[in-house]
Amino acid sequence: MNKSDTQNLIQQEETVLDAEAIGRTLTRLAHEIVEANAGIQDLVIIGIQTRGTTLADRIGTAIEHFEGSTPQIGYLDVTMHRDDFDRDGLRGTPLPTELPSIESKNVVLVDDVLYTGRTIRAAMDALNDYGRPREIRLAVLIDRGHRELPIRADMVGKNIPTSRNDTVRLNLQEHDGSDAALIRYGGQEK
Amino acid sequence: MTIESNRKQIDKKNDALSLNQWNHHNVLDLDDFSHTEIVTVLSLAERMREILDRRIPRVPALRGYTIVNLFFEPSTRTRASFELAGKMLGADVISVSASTSSIQKGESLIDTVRTLRAMRADAIIMRHEMAGAPYLAASHTDASIINAGDGAHAHPTQALLDLYTMKRHVGDLKNKKVVMVGDIAHSRVARSDLWGLSKMGAHVVLCGPPTLLPRGLGVSERPEHAKNALPSVQIETDIDKALRDAHVVMALRLQSERQENGLLPSLREYAENYQVTSTRLIKAQPDYLLMHPGPKNEGIEIASDVARGDRSIIEEQVTNGVAVRMALLYLLSGRVESTQISEGNAP
Repeated sequence: MNKSDTQNLIQQEETVLDAEAIGRTLTRLAHEIVEANAGIQDLVIIGIQTRGTTLADRIGTAIEHFEGSTPQIGYLDVTMHRDDFDRDGLRGTPLPTELPSIESKNVVLVDDVLYTGRTIRAAMDALNDYGRPREIRLAVLIDRGHRELPIRADMVGKNIPTSRNDTVRLNLQEHDGSDAALIRYGGQEK
Repeated sequence: MTIESNRKQIDKKNDALSLNQWNHHNVLDLDDFSHTEIVTVLSLAERMREILDRRIPRVPALRGYTIVNLFFEPSTRTRASFELAGKMLGADVISVSASTSSIQKGESLIDTVRTLRAMRADAIIMRHEMAGAPYLAASHTDASIINAGDGAHAHPTQALLDLYTMKRHVGDLKNKKVVMVGDIAHSRVARSDLWGLSKMGAHVVLCGPPTLLPRGLGVSERPEHAKNALPSVQIETDIDKALRDAHVVMALRLQSERQENGLLPSLREYAENYQVTSTRLIKAQPDYLLMHPGPKNEGIEIASDVARGDRSIIEEQVTNGVAVRMALLYLLSGRVESTQISEGNAP
């Protein structure tokens, strides 16, 4: 790849999921979650701050539409459990955590983009401090690969092949004004 | 769960806590804290309070961070509070008390602090009977120094936990009447509270016998140059007037040595004139809050029934103290990044 090609790719931002696709994908994830759990009995859907909490709310709403009742929803902040802050002395800003009881419940963790897996490890560590769920499953809207830990998602909205230099971003109505999943190419992998 | 929870979610985003404003390497007193910095500590304390209520109240955020409690004066709550706060955040905490250390062999304060830093202490929590001792320590080490009480000068972490406790109950402190009763002149708690409360816009009233009130704070007696340097407060020697319409009443411990020093005729006379009692509190707001930084002398500065009554939040102050100290340690332990790292872009 010559220099000008790389230059072009850096400028490029591509939509990988538009608003409609995000809506459909979330509905499918909602069905998969209920199916895997055989109903909403003992189901607790926990969104990881920040985007994951909004997705958890939306999945809850979708389940309400076809099941007639809403599963329990929780929000989890993992800032204090991350292992990659201390490397450069950075401290994240903790956000609120609000959880229903998870003792012996079937927990589904929800996040926007699955990448290294470190957020999910941190989330599972954090959940340990609140109780002992019967099981923990993972649902993500986008899986972009490049795991650094033995973690995989049970339910995936869309798999997107990426390079480590790319940036994947999810915009949501509630935060950014509109729904879209975007990828910005960062050039060749070093 | 639909619209309502979404709204709740968005509201929570708006309450977004920003740690970017934090600019302190040490916590020595609140006089150099901005309003924004105080708000940052109080908001972060709210997050920490949630950790306290977990089944296992422990997170690994401060793993590898070493905290030394260096206490030259006795203490139960402040010392235990810092120790628990550090441990709940996953830090290593050790306590050194002056009575069993090399200080007994004549080691100077500066040498003690440098020795602790040489062992890689990241933060030193210090209580000392001399006002200004933590400032001296801070100028001889690059470890963070937290003042846990220096003489009659300052006790900033107590003031922050008082502010946090008040804010949890009354919300915005602007124009709320906060009355402190007792030995104001010798109280480091009152002094730090004064800075904090005035920065939050509260209406502060100091009440006590004239011999136990600080000089120079009354509007009429302040010299021109002090007007901007000192927080603005109201001085009142009549407790019944002071308590009228109070939102918060804080009783301060009366130290028995004040009587020996001739500042008081007798403890009994003090109790007669200045004890916070249920009869006197009738004049306060109906939903007044009763606070005391402890340790308290029931029957002297505060009546037992009031201290244990349903308006008393004295025990909650103690719990909140742990949360506030966790917030401070978290802030001191590292440079804060500007945006949340999300999984999508984490390195």
